Amino acid sequence: MENRRTPLYDFHIAHGARMVPFAGWDMPVQYPAGIKAEHLACRSGAALFDVSHMAQIEVNGDGADALLERLTPTDLEAIKDGRVRYSLFLNETGGVLDDLMIARFEGALHLVVNAGRAAHDISHLKAHLIGADTRIKVHDKRALLALQGPGAATVLGDLGLDLDGFVFMDIGRFMLAGVECVVTRSGYTGEDGFEISMAASAAETIATLLAARDDVFICGLGARDTLRMEAGLPLWGHELDETINPVMAGLRFALSKRRREAGDFLGAKQILQDWDFGPKRTLVGLLPTGGRPVRDGTKLIMDGTPVGSVTSGGFAPSLDAPAAIGLVESQLAEPGTALIAATRGRETTVHVACLPFVPHRYVRGS
Amino acid sequence: MLRYSEDHEWIQLDGDIGTVGISPHAIEQLGDIVFIELPEAGATVSKGDAVAVFESVKAASDIYSPATGEITSVNEAMLDDLTSITPDRATESWLFKVKLSDTSELDEMMDEAAYAAMIS
Repeated sequence: MENRRTPLYDFHIAHGARMVPFAGWDMPVQYPAGIKAEHLACRSGAALFDVSHMAQIEVNGDGADALLERLTPTDLEAIKDGRVRYSLFLNETGGVLDDLMIARFEGALHLVVNAGRAAHDISHLKAHLIGADTRIKVHDKRALLALQGPGAATVLGDLGLDLDGFVFMDIGRFMLAGVECVVTRSGYTGEDGFEISMAASAAETIATLLAARDDVFICGLGARDTLRMEAGLPLWGHELDETINPVMAGLRFALSKRRREAGDFLGAKQILQDWDFGPKRTLVGLLPTGGRPVRDGTKLIMDGTPVGSVTSGGFAPSLDAPAAIGLVESQLAEPGTALIAATRGRETTVHVACLPFVPHRYVRGS
Repeated sequence: MLRYSEDHEWIQLDGDIGTVGISPHAIEQLGDIVFIELPEAGATVSKGDAVAVFESVKAASDIYSPATGEITSVNEAMLDDLTSITPDRATESWLFKVKLSDTSELDEMMDEAAYAAMIS
């Protein structure tokens, strides 16, 4: 089957991108500057990513809140209009079916879910619909750009956006170069930044306008992955899956207080037990010694016994060193603990470290 | 004359000593190189053995010996600055020299034109 193309496919080719298949899409993994340069540009300035492969789903109607409360541990009442929350679709045992963003905007709920899980998530939502007063609309004629980094707000300010009082996890409607955009102040890099949704037909105009600026660097999925790993942000299929619950993944913040007290979400029993008594396994940072990266799937060993595995591993450009995230038995989660990563007959000593590797720099409200 | 393998290694023969590296195309495809493991001088290798590893930001790639013989020297100097390994410096970025047991082993390798056709 042919991979899908975002509205920016020609833009990527014109900018010299190396395209790779990703979750059924042809996506740019990097541009000629390379992953390290792209990564560092995002940490120091402003970086533009095409994230149109992620699905934008609208849920509206009287049953919208009830549907999302049924499938996630999020307190929907607590999401005021104009605000965004990070959330999780859970299964009966507390495992994670996908992670997502939920925004309440102009009376409807707006979801952004992972490309590779979109088909699953849409079926999941439809399967739990109750009554006729809830509607699910997939906005497949829209594009999504991410502008990330400490310089992102300046770029958008220069282009006429009034961002006064628009803080981390806000959502609003803005005109950008004559194009109506729905913007959230959020991202997947650990930096301040924005995700900009617009009609697919306008995406190339906006991307070209942004990329033409000296203070904007175009970045591919390679840099997006190293940035999110350094920021300790989970990727479904790596740090999250049906067997990993939010407590194990260090996502206690995503379990709303009201929902915990009510215990009325899917998988609540297992999750609340782990909340109270601690999970058997925990996600941790890992710093390999000797300069050689360890990769996803590598077994972690202590005293000859398997104690976990690497969930994401590679090189962290901001640390100028290899770094990884792994799932380990919780008694070994203490920073500094030495483990052996065994891969292809080679052994690398790795030390447990705190996440994130690079502190988050979100612009929060007072 | 450079000869190329299907795995993007090149070898240049001088007497029975072959100098081995990877092609500009391979260097470009790897992207940012962050770690290299070279073989040890004195080691005996067979054609097709994985003898070195290039680690880029995203992935690890094995480098295979294009010839059978004994490693006589390795290019430790290249490890001092991995950013100097660029497509236009593929010959300076040689990896190791190998004393071939049988130079006719290279007969089946590609010449420049055949390799260029393969990667195009």
